[in-house]
Amino acid sequence: MDLVTPSIGLVFWTTLCFAILLFILGKFAWKPILAAISEREKSIESALSMAEAAKEEMARLTSENDELLKQARIERDNILREAKKVKDQIIGEAKDAANAEAGRMIERARIEIENQKAIAMADVKNQVATLSIDIAEKILRKQFEDQKKQDQLVSDLLKEVKLK
Amino acid sequence: MTNGTILNSKIFRISLICAFFLILGGFPKLAMSQENTSENTEKKFEPKDVILEHISDSHSWPLALPFVEEKHIPLPVILYTDKGLDVFSSGNLYPEGTVYSSGKNSYKLEANKIKVVDASGTVDEAGSKKVLDFSITRNVVSMFMAIALLLIVFLSISSAYAKRVGKAPKGLQSWLEPLIVFVRDDIAIPNMGHKYVRFMPLLLTIFFFILINNLFGMIPFFPGGYNLTGNIAVTLTLSVIILFVVNLNGNKHYWKHIFVPNPWWLFPIMIPVEIVSIFSKPIALMIRLFANITAGHIVILSLISLIFIFKSLAVSPVSVVFVVFMDCIELLVAFLQAYIFTLLSSLFIGMAIEEHH
Repeated sequence: MDLVTPSIGLVFWTTLCFAILLFILGKFAWKPILAAISEREKSIESALSMAEAAKEEMARLTSENDELLKQARIERDNILREAKKVKDQIIGEAKDAANAEAGRMIERARIEIENQKAIAMADVKNQVATLSIDIAEKILRKQFEDQKKQDQLVSDLLKEVKLK
Repeated sequence: MTNGTILNSKIFRISLICAFFLILGGFPKLAMSQENTSENTEKKFEPKDVILEHISDSHSWPLALPFVEEKHIPLPVILYTDKGLDVFSSGNLYPEGTVYSSGKNSYKLEANKIKVVDASGTVDEAGSKKVLDFSITRNVVSMFMAIALLLIVFLSISSAYAKRVGKAPKGLQSWLEPLIVFVRDDIAIPNMGHKYVRFMPLLLTIFFFILINNLFGMIPFFPGGYNLTGNIAVTLTLSVIILFVVNLNGNKHYWKHIFVPNPWWLFPIMIPVEIVSIFSKPIALMIRLFANITAGHIVILSLISLIFIFKSLAVSPVSVVFVVFMDCIELLVAFLQAYIFTLLSSLFIGMAIEEHH
């Protein structure tokens, strides 16, 4: 029975000791310790969420980068295509211009040739005519060296002429 | 496997520590048993007396073990009598039965209780009832030591937290932080919700107070060797504190639940039942802790006593094996009872402060 009879002395000392312990630990140990623990938990929490946010930001930036790269590539392709088109156009235009110029030059050359040819022809004709006349003169001279032939011709001619 | 790894292995170190404790615990007992058989053959070994002497409080501190009665440290006796305070050393009352006269009264020890005696040396029961014993007994001293240790440990940890703001815990801090966080996250928050903060100091203090005294009670010699948490006065005080905390913090839902049961015709049954339950909860706390710790001490001491009952060294290996086994269980119980007391306290507080059903 002694065992289950609380003694007043021990109850008193336990109460006193526990109250003092509770006061001192509560004020100087538990409060700062719990505050420090929750503070650290909060900082870990925020660090984790910040890391998460940074990861998301990174992913966003990467995808943005990819997007930019893709756009840049498209842009580059466009520019290249444009440049090619312009180049082709310039070449085509140049060719056309060259062709036209060449045509014009050929035309001019042809006209010149025509002109020269005409001049040459005229010259040739003149010379042929002069030559023909010379030859004819020479032939006639030869033919009419003989008086008899002159007389005969006159007579032939006179024969042909019939008075009407 | 090299020598180094064997020395470093945990099991080896633990068994070394166990062996050390067992050897220390064993020697005085052996000496005592020889003494018993050779010199005091007429004095029979009474395990009941030895065990009760250990698990109850006393006015002196046995230096080695409860078995060695001859060596003890006297402790101050403080008596509140109708003639005023009476303070003297308990050394004056030993060996038991010595009558000491302080000038105000004459006292002697009887079954570890200080009794007032009259001139002829017989116990004056009526006079003894008027004397209140506030002595610094063995349990009070052990409580002082435990509290000093708690203060040193937790104030140093607290300063460590102040010094290492936001850093990872280190040393002692990292040993005790899991326990503190455990009390907060697994005991306080699930039972009390967001209002737990106000009760954290109480719960943590109770948890560590019970834990450290449970553990110290398991050490068989000087810093330990007492039975504080297995003393009904201590568990009574702790549960009365819980009783006050629960009922002073009870909100109107709590009181309505007690005094206004749901169907009105249950009033005559329910109100007495609820009033009984207010007190039965702390009483259950008190008895649970007291019975668990005391039972553990009794079992271990009984197993040791087997050696002396049989008066044979051959029994000692059996006893030692069983005691080691029981010590392991008691180690678990030390944590478990601290946990359960704190858990149920927070549960009762949580029920009293619960906002809404």
